[in-house]
Amino acid sequence: MTGRNKWISLGVLALLIALLPLFFPSGYYYRVGALIFVNALSVVGLVILIGYAGQISLGHAGFAGIGAYACALAPEHLGLHPALAVLLGAVVSGVMAALIGKPILRLKGYYLAVATLGFGILVSMVLTNERALTGGPDGMNVADLGLRGLLRDMGWRLSGGEFWYMICGVVLLVGAWLALNLFDSPSGRAMRALHGSEVAASTVGVDVPRQKLRAFVISAVYASVAGSLLALQNGYITPDVAGFMHSVEMVTMAVLGGVGSVLGATFGAAILTLLPQVLTVFAEYEQLVLGLVMVLVMIFLPQGLLPSIARRLKGRDE
Amino acid sequence: MMSKTTTALATLAALGALTGAAQAEIRLGVSVSATGPAAFLGDPEAKTIEMLVEQLNEEGGINGEEIALTLYDDGGDPNKARTFATRLVEDDEVVAILGGSTTGTTMSILSVAEDEGIPFISLAGAISIIDPVREFVFKTPHTDRMACEKIFTDMQAQGITKIGMISGTDGFGASMQAQCKEVAGDHGIEILADETYGPQDADMTPQLTRIRNTDGVQAVLNPGFGQGPAIVTRNVAQLGFEIPLYQSHGVASDAFIDLAGAEAAEGLRLPGTALLIADKLAEDDAQYEVVTSYTEAYKAKYDQDVSTFGGYAHDAFALIVDAITRAGDSEDPQAIRDALEETSGLVGTTGTYSFSPEDHLGLDLSAFRMLEIKDGDWLPVE
Repeated sequence: MTGRNKWISLGVLALLIALLPLFFPSGYYYRVGALIFVNALSVVGLVILIGYAGQISLGHAGFAGIGAYACALAPEHLGLHPALAVLLGAVVSGVMAALIGKPILRLKGYYLAVATLGFGILVSMVLTNERALTGGPDGMNVADLGLRGLLRDMGWRLSGGEFWYMICGVVLLVGAWLALNLFDSPSGRAMRALHGSEVAASTVGVDVPRQKLRAFVISAVYASVAGSLLALQNGYITPDVAGFMHSVEMVTMAVLGGVGSVLGATFGAAILTLLPQVLTVFAEYEQLVLGLVMVLVMIFLPQGLLPSIARRLKGRDE
Repeated sequence: MMSKTTTALATLAALGALTGAAQAEIRLGVSVSATGPAAFLGDPEAKTIEMLVEQLNEEGGINGEEIALTLYDDGGDPNKARTFATRLVEDDEVVAILGGSTTGTTMSILSVAEDEGIPFISLAGAISIIDPVREFVFKTPHTDRMACEKIFTDMQAQGITKIGMISGTDGFGASMQAQCKEVAGDHGIEILADETYGPQDADMTPQLTRIRNTDGVQAVLNPGFGQGPAIVTRNVAQLGFEIPLYQSHGVASDAFIDLAGAEAAEGLRLPGTALLIADKLAEDDAQYEVVTSYTEAYKAKYDQDVSTFGGYAHDAFALIVDAITRAGDSEDPQAIRDALEETSGLVGTTGTYSFSPEDHLGLDLSAFRMLEIKDGDWLPVE
């Protein structure tokens, strides 16, 4: 990807975020938009881990859980402002990722998948069982960010949906910008090199364990911030956010949209967030349709939806 | 090319055609967990409401206006529940919301309802839903605390003062465990042993043995849900306990007797609703008519037995229909809320509801009936 491509990707994303509300018939669409952005943010993190560095994680919902509960717990117990709690959650997630990443990133393939899966389940179990702290499976309230009230006092009235659409959109743009910057940076090149061949990468001087760990920590921070944003906009959080299915959902979004591309990942997140909303009429068949879409994409468009479509448009069929 | 068309279709569908009916009807919104881990709650709830709406519309609706029902399945996911609640309010423009099968989904829906000023009747148990009272939030199931009080009242009558407790660590068991500990003192009950088990555990003999070895325990109480209480019941029988066993309203269903075995369950007591003893209610019982007509209609339509949870949905629907009728204006959520709060003496399957500005649950302990299992069937004890 060249520098020009980076700005095209960012420009397309920014335009979509800014212009889509013009077509929204009701406030509900802001909510769906904000959800898409939150999901896309954690999926962009996975693009760095899976797409750039070629590692797999089935436990990233665990980091989303840490981010989410940081926003719920820190204001209540430490008196932190919710905005600072987002940072705290990101730091805790990053440190956790560094600590557990060191041993488990030595594993490859299935073993890495199972180890990350174990981590995700551990977080989810702690959140469910530490009832005194987290409220257990019933969940707990999350303090208000307070920014919306501040804007209102300044004369800018926003509904909850509009406000979160804006915040999540901006955070997603920043996240996408950082991820795209990383792509062409020395670290990004090193990650992509080890993705191609660890042996080859290490012979040309890439510190393989270090770069793997870096990708893991960065993606954990993305997931954590996404979890925080979800908690703040919902105002209520349950351990579901750290559940195994949420981890799988993230990976599915990344793979569906195109795991090597930031824009593709966003696209995958959009589709998998929208489908359940579109399919409410056929709620019973939702899983069936999702599975079918997934299988078809894997067979016919193994690169993921967006990269495959882009390639066809350019007339460079495989 | 194929993929482009599919994508374009999906996007179009997502952006465009999501709107519900918009005629001169009463728009009612429902979000329940009809699938997923809480489906045992949401499935009978969804079926009940669909059936009741159909019945009501056949009879001519409310003041001549039919009900247009929009029902979503949130799969027990609070995040989805919040999205559907937003959709019901913003897009489907409903005048009231019923649902929230679990405490988590209810808490998500209620903040939307409060923000937008739409009356919401929850079908979940936790006391935190209505305490403190929120302007637009009501609920139909009794709280865990009331179940504890009902059980302790019965214990008092039996002269029991010292008990052992064994609770599940799932949401239901843990919440009830905490509530029971809080109110035990008020009834002169002392909890000598307090054991727990995981929701998937297959044997509770060690915990029960510890309870049996605790001096002075006169009864065992098991707040829990699902298969756990059935295993406790069987273990208690195997260990040859000679003291009474109390279960919670969480297992008040015929399936529980089948699971535990009629022999092991013989003589145990629990607080349940009138629905459970529909066929044994006296004809002059206040709830006779409501309970019989609901159980018969449900059985006829779905060929399944009713459950307590479907009963919660039945009562929520009855409450909202009653409120809309009295409000006189089926377009104004505020008027419906006000009418709802004035509900007085509405007989449901769970109990008799009377709301007030201080009480958005509106049930008292009389809603529970103390039941004993006798020869594999429920027997009301007074």
